[in-house]
Amino acid sequence: MLLVIEQFLNGLQFGLLLFLLAAGLTLVFGIMDLVNLAHGSLYMMGAYFAATFVAWTGNFLLGALLALGATLVLGIVLEVVALRHLYGRDHLDHVLATFGLILFFNEAVRLIWGPAGLALPLPPWLTVPVPILPGIYYPAYRLAIIVVALLVALLLYLGVMRTRIGMLIRAGASNREMIGALGINIKLLYTLVFGLGAALAGLAGLMQAPILTVQIGMGENILILAFVIIVIGGIGSIRGAFLAAIFVGMIDTLGRAFLPNLLRQILSSTAASTAAPALSSMLIYLLMAIVLVVRPEGLFPANRR
Amino acid sequence: MKALTVSKAVTALVLAGLVLLPLYSQLSGNIFILTLFTRIVILALAAASLNLIMGYGGMMSFGHAAYLGIGGYAVGILAQEGVGSGFIQFPVALAASALYALVIGALSLRTRGVYFIMITLAFAQMAYYVASGLARYGGDDGLTVYKRSDFSGLINLSGRVQFYYLCLACLLGVIFLIWRIVNSRFGLVVQGLRSNEQRMQAIGFPAKRYQLVCFVISGTMCGLAGALLANNTDFVSPAVMYWTRSGDLMVMVILGGMGTLFGPVMGAVVYLLLEEFLSQITEYWALIMGPLLLLIVLFGRGGIMGLLGRAGRG
Repeated sequence: MLLVIEQFLNGLQFGLLLFLLAAGLTLVFGIMDLVNLAHGSLYMMGAYFAATFVAWTGNFLLGALLALGATLVLGIVLEVVALRHLYGRDHLDHVLATFGLILFFNEAVRLIWGPAGLALPLPPWLTVPVPILPGIYYPAYRLAIIVVALLVALLLYLGVMRTRIGMLIRAGASNREMIGALGINIKLLYTLVFGLGAALAGLAGLMQAPILTVQIGMGENILILAFVIIVIGGIGSIRGAFLAAIFVGMIDTLGRAFLPNLLRQILSSTAASTAAPALSSMLIYLLMAIVLVVRPEGLFPANRR
Repeated sequence: MKALTVSKAVTALVLAGLVLLPLYSQLSGNIFILTLFTRIVILALAAASLNLIMGYGGMMSFGHAAYLGIGGYAVGILAQEGVGSGFIQFPVALAASALYALVIGALSLRTRGVYFIMITLAFAQMAYYVASGLARYGGDDGLTVYKRSDFSGLINLSGRVQFYYLCLACLLGVIFLIWRIVNSRFGLVVQGLRSNEQRMQAIGFPAKRYQLVCFVISGTMCGLAGALLANNTDFVSPAVMYWTRSGDLMVMVILGGMGTLFGPVMGAVVYLLLEEFLSQITEYWALIMGPLLLLIVLFGRGGIMGLLGRAGRG
């Protein structure tokens, strides 16, 4: 029971983290029609910035805030220098150009921080186990991730649904040319949205950093999960991304935790121990395949023209 | 007689160079260049197969490296289990790739555009994780192929020059096949689907079925490249299926010129030589390669073949 609750929370935490990444990706795609493979690089940069700034300042929160700002700036610079010129081009061009950016970022990180990974140690006050139910403890840091991510999700929802900028963002997603014709500075809006997406990816990266090692290529595996999520959720839909992210996070975590035991009851233990790791890493792709068969445009497609 | 254009002349030169390369290697004693070009020819084969669906069919597959792995693992696993005959290994490699392409294609082709890119990517990544989970066959570390495919004396894959010519023959054979396909009724339908799917459907062509067949043919061709690659490196690991490898293949096709017969070959030669050249200058070659790709996308429309075509027209 204890294990089930713990894994359930782990799944929720992982899912929320994936949401932060997928939200930026789906916003950028929904509004600028840009496929950004380098989104995973921004996630990686967030983690590297955090590891560096925390070591510099000696203060976890301050370092994290600085890293968040740095990723935001990096995102904006990236948009202005390179990606801005890709709007309106073929999707294949986006894929190739951002693929080139991934190569660049990975190599730049190797040059600056070296090939070995970094560790981001947690401050003592975040490592204590917190009682969530009588007798059941959960690490404070993972709990903090859940709280922060939920808060960001809420802010994002309110921001997009209730503010003027959010209104422009939604208008941009449904008809790009029209809001330009109405005298909105689209260039600025795009840069802003891209920066926001970058900051979200950076936040995901810096929050994940203390749990995993900070290393080159860390953004790529998780980027593909984010792709799976926006395919399941429907491209351009934040609500879809949220639900799909939680779903994928849960299935991935619970599958890895419980599938081996489940298989052991059906198969012989040697067969189970060979099949389980492969099968549990396949689970979410199978899920995606099923969703595609049933609803090719995703579960919650954003309203298209 | 058709006019001799610049692009045709350059293509002929490159092909002549590929055919004469072993001679140069023998005369100069430079064995490394033969090894390098064997790899280039094999990856050119993979790129040519990708070009069939991407350039002619308009299906942007970002998971083409999966077939390299499947073809390679078919050879590696059979060799490990004691089946050394190439007459079994190669057909199995092709059949396994075709089967994978059939399943993945049937699912992926339900979508289009960006979804298709992402889905083929995700499925290839799934194949990558499955291969990493194959503990019996080396898992993450990969599988050493101790003995190359045995064609009972017909051709010896361990002989460098023989193996190179086998790969080159496969490449030219596949390009010939693609040429025939593209100019057949089937190929015309597939190209018609690329430019306007709705219209083709309205005329009465079952779009998905044509695209799926094309997808399977392409996957099978790439499986052949995978089987050759495993023989070339004497090793197969999940890394050959990693998504950056699929990206490399896409770059080769675009760099050479999408939807041109010899474009992928040009792209593979230039891309891999550039990689080799840059990595000799600096350890951090990707630092130059990355922005270079960005520039090629931004300014180099139509790839090398497009450039040569423009040069020809003056």
